[in-house]
Amino acid sequence: MNPTRIHRINMAGLAITLITVIAAVLWAFPLYWGVVSSLKPEDEVVRPYVELWPQTLTFSHYVHALTQTQIGIWYLNSVATAVGVTFVTVASSLFCGYAISQLEFPFRRALWWLILASFMVPIQTLIINHFELIAGMGLLNSWTGIILPQLIHPVVIIVYKQFFDNVPKDFREAAVMDNASEWRILTRIYIPMNWGVTTALSIVTFIWAWNSFLWPFLAVTKTEMMTITVGITQVSDAFGVYYARELSAAVLAGLPVALAYLVFQRKVTQAITLSAGIKG
Amino acid sequence: MAVLLILPFVAIYGLVFIYPTIKMFILSFTDAPLIGAGDWVGLENYERLPRDRRFHTALWNTFYFVALTVIPGTLVALVISLGINRLKGRLQSLVLALFFLPYILPVSVVYLIWDWTLNFQFGIAMHLFDWAGADRIPVFKSTAWFMPAVGFVTIWWTAGFSILLFLAGRRAIPEEIYEAASLDNSGSWSTFSRVTWPLMWPVTALVSTIQLILQLKIFDQVYLFSQGGRPNDNLVLVYYVFQRAFQSNQGGRAAAVAVVLFVIVIVVSVLNFQLTRLSGGRRK
Repeated sequence: MNPTRIHRINMAGLAITLITVIAAVLWAFPLYWGVVSSLKPEDEVVRPYVELWPQTLTFSHYVHALTQTQIGIWYLNSVATAVGVTFVTVASSLFCGYAISQLEFPFRRALWWLILASFMVPIQTLIINHFELIAGMGLLNSWTGIILPQLIHPVVIIVYKQFFDNVPKDFREAAVMDNASEWRILTRIYIPMNWGVTTALSIVTFIWAWNSFLWPFLAVTKTEMMTITVGITQVSDAFGVYYARELSAAVLAGLPVALAYLVFQRKVTQAITLSAGIKG
Repeated sequence: MAVLLILPFVAIYGLVFIYPTIKMFILSFTDAPLIGAGDWVGLENYERLPRDRRFHTALWNTFYFVALTVIPGTLVALVISLGINRLKGRLQSLVLALFFLPYILPVSVVYLIWDWTLNFQFGIAMHLFDWAGADRIPVFKSTAWFMPAVGFVTIWWTAGFSILLFLAGRRAIPEEIYEAASLDNSGSWSTFSRVTWPLMWPVTALVSTIQLILQLKIFDQVYLFSQGGRPNDNLVLVYYVFQRAFQSNQGGRAAAVAVVLFVIVIVVSVLNFQLTRLSGGRRK
């Protein structure tokens, strides 16, 4: 290679790096713009020119949202239902994944195929029958009613089975020699050895549940039972045509999951690549 | 012991998955309302569909939306991931986070942010129209612009996921291959077309099928951006199921539409599964 060629490649490389960084900033700009707009007084928001930073920085929209609207109770509903979905999904998938991976029982293969098949089923097509079921149980407008149809996450059980399959058999054999019960083997060996994947799966299940829209939107008709993702788009009279107020509500709704991602970045990306069938 | 361990999962699955799925098929052969019993009408709900104009709109819009998002979204993510892959250390994590952040947000937040950004009167994006000397467009109120605009927002929202998979795929390519290519004096384009692209092909297929199946099931964004607009022009299949069942109180007819979508998604998934198996077999 001659020197001019190296030079040219470095210039091209530098240009690509620069373009990528600029593209990333532009990509995230609408998020920045949403946050900045929510920190401006309402009259500043609708000015016909662009101001990238508020002239008067105000938190009044947040104070309004938190004190004058039902956003507090929507937060509570979102936290309760997302925690419920996460706990039940992860626990039931962990136990069942362990049984399929390590134990022998009738119809084991049939159950595994059923789980793999359910991966393909579009849950959205079941809304009519979910509604009939939940209404029949008298659970519309309740946390349980919001939680139940959201418990179908075959990905979680598939990932657990893979991880349990990969635990070396020696551990199990040694424990069996010591007369340890299945329950002990599960709780003392398999669960502790896979804490990492449990945390990762719990975080993403929580994010999925927090973000879900269609079912919570159908299952709830009373404003005080709405989750935050439904409430901020359905109760517009609470915010009127106040753009900045609406955006402050959006920031409040997105904050928990955005923070969860920024704090647990590595776990979140690991779980998401795993859920797509790529070993992380 | 095994029975105790699988019991919670099997009970949940039976109740909220198997039972509703079977009920959906039965419901589609009746004239039942949303809640309550109906009479058996045979194939009538299905025979109506070819003559149903709203069904046509919904089916067409769903495919249109798939065309607008799947391949463009996959390509955008591929290009971005190759750009990110060149970066190092903290800069790389930062840039990845900027691209990934939208994906982690709820659809309602994405909706509010873009509804504001593209607001006809005050949206910052409208300054771009002014600057280019073009007329401002009320994108979510115009039938022609609605699907492309929602498609654009959807790509912005979901690209982070595809980028992540592409990055994982790119990192799986051994560096020795690139060293060998540079020893052969291979230019950057021929390295891309002979090394990167062929080796990234399995991930590309994976990303685009995940996107395809995801976008066939679109509802949330279309519903939210249609509020105060023209929902009947913007119908997609899930939206039509929702409209028939929850707004017209026709559970049976809605279920027939749901079955159509159900079959489309299953067929696509099975085809994809067979294709990957075939190509996997050939590679071995």
